[in-house]
Amino acid sequence: MRRNGVNYSKYGYIFSIPFIVIFLIFSLYPTLYTAVIGFTDMKGVIPKPIHILDNPFQNFKDLIMENVSFRQSLINTLILWIANFIPQIVLALLLTAWFTNRRLNIKGQGAFKVLLYMPNIITASTIAVLFSTLFAYPMGPVNSLFHALGWSDAPIQFLQDKNTARGIVSFIQFWMWYGNTMIVLIAGVMGINPALFEAASIDGANGIQTFFRVTLPSLRTILLYSLITSMIGGLQMFDIPQLFITPAGGPDNATLTTSVFIYGQAFKGSYMYNKAAAASMIMFIIAAVLSLIVFYLMRDRSEAKLKKQQKMINKAAKAAARGM
Amino acid sequence: MANTNMEKTSRGINKTIIYIVCIGLSLLSILPFWIMFVNATRSTAEIQSGLSLLPSTHFMTNWDVLISKSFDPLKGFLNSLTISGASTICAVYFSSLTAYGLVVYNWKWRQPFFTFIMCVMLIPAQASAIGFYQFMYQMHWTNSFLPLILPSIAAPAIVFFMRQYLLATLSLEIVEAARVDGSGEFATFNKIIMPIMMPAVATQAIFAFVGSWNNLFMPLILLTDKSKYTLPVMVSLLRGDIYKTEFGSIYMGLALTALPLFVIYFLLSRYIIAGVALGGVKE
Repeated sequence: MRRNGVNYSKYGYIFSIPFIVIFLIFSLYPTLYTAVIGFTDMKGVIPKPIHILDNPFQNFKDLIMENVSFRQSLINTLILWIANFIPQIVLALLLTAWFTNRRLNIKGQGAFKVLLYMPNIITASTIAVLFSTLFAYPMGPVNSLFHALGWSDAPIQFLQDKNTARGIVSFIQFWMWYGNTMIVLIAGVMGINPALFEAASIDGANGIQTFFRVTLPSLRTILLYSLITSMIGGLQMFDIPQLFITPAGGPDNATLTTSVFIYGQAFKGSYMYNKAAAASMIMFIIAAVLSLIVFYLMRDRSEAKLKKQQKMINKAAKAAARGM
Repeated sequence: MANTNMEKTSRGINKTIIYIVCIGLSLLSILPFWIMFVNATRSTAEIQSGLSLLPSTHFMTNWDVLISKSFDPLKGFLNSLTISGASTICAVYFSSLTAYGLVVYNWKWRQPFFTFIMCVMLIPAQASAIGFYQFMYQMHWTNSFLPLILPSIAAPAIVFFMRQYLLATLSLEIVEAARVDGSGEFATFNKIIMPIMMPAVATQAIFAFVGSWNNLFMPLILLTDKSKYTLPVMVSLLRGDIYKTEFGSIYMGLALTALPLFVIYFLLSRYIIAGVALGGVKE
């Protein structure tokens, strides 16, 4: 009869061992190793003994102060991200407002959701090559369409112009992700206390007022969460810019993102592992800062929820007391 | 009276506009893929002569040209299936196990460990790619599927999701009852808890599978042997010089890489949409 004496807490450790071991080997060690490589002279295909540089921060200094491509890649990542995120969030909010408006009662929402989300599930590299083929010069489908509609006299070299190329890459990202954002936001609206909407409607608020005064403020945390996860996702933008235009990042580095830069440094031509590693670490720091913000956001939110629950319990208790 | 009538008409107009926009966006989602599937059946000459939304008869010619030049869709499909299948199983099983350990047992490092999982959840894989590649190179594990499968055992986001699910659904009395019946802790997890967790496992499995299937970055740096290529890496071959003017077979190759996902999506779209919605409000 020693059953009560059995201490089960050790199983907590045992069940977490696979996660911890794999994390240490495949995630933590490579991250630290990347950081170390960033301080060394490791380059070339053939492995040579590597040395820490005389000035350990030389690679970082070179990247930030002197490397035009790297700086351009950070700027491009920001431009491409902004140009896809703003239309994405605006359209997602608009669709959310329409789909959740009970007075409008839009039919076929299920089918619309399925179709608008669809591009998100298809392999990004397939989509990149597909769009690059659709915009082919001189006779791709888009050029055929423009010609048939009389929008252009001569075939257009879409992929040669910097801004057009950036625009198309941003459009692809937008097109792949607005459905996802919309579904997340609709779920957020479903989670808002219906009493708020009822109160608004009793007070005579119209659809637009309800959206801006009730829906949007309640979605604030979800919106911030979408914003930051999208920023971290945007930082890793690789598949589309890597495969959309050859050479990757063209024309004239207009679509060179940080991830494409890192890949190009390490695995194309010069095999500059040290530069690529230093660039990765800069990216890591940016992502870590953004993650920290998310972390604090989510913590605040659950605390706020607890407080709200406590308040409701107090209220109920008071009401009950009064009822007696 | 007149006022409400007018309101009704204006709402009717608004609704018409909304439906037009939604149908337009739906077409925008479908059209590129439609053109892809249609052009996979058209000859290069037909494709170059203009746009068509109806299929043609050159399916087999395109297929033959595609196959004749180093593009092996069946091989790529099997490689992708092996990697995605194995890593999905690893991801959902071990994440469930870790989540169970976090929920059921009261151990000293439980809270710090969970906080740690939340911290590393959003760190991008690209950030450690150079060290990862060098490490795998020294281990002679490039061109092996293992470095693409094993890391999925530590999937922080899935652990997070599973933990939320267990907190909401699992009553500890079940665990207690199993103990009274003499079931070991590990057997309890496998025989009693896993079946309870199946709805969550299924949802996460879909996303883990699609995520692994679509991954380009890691396979691209690790796999240099063409017979080991996954489908997304193979797609990059279509960009190269070998298919330069063979547009029909390029579309054919693209259609083949996208087809399995369309099948999965239309079979499981209900669960996928529900899963996306859950993902956003999981916190």
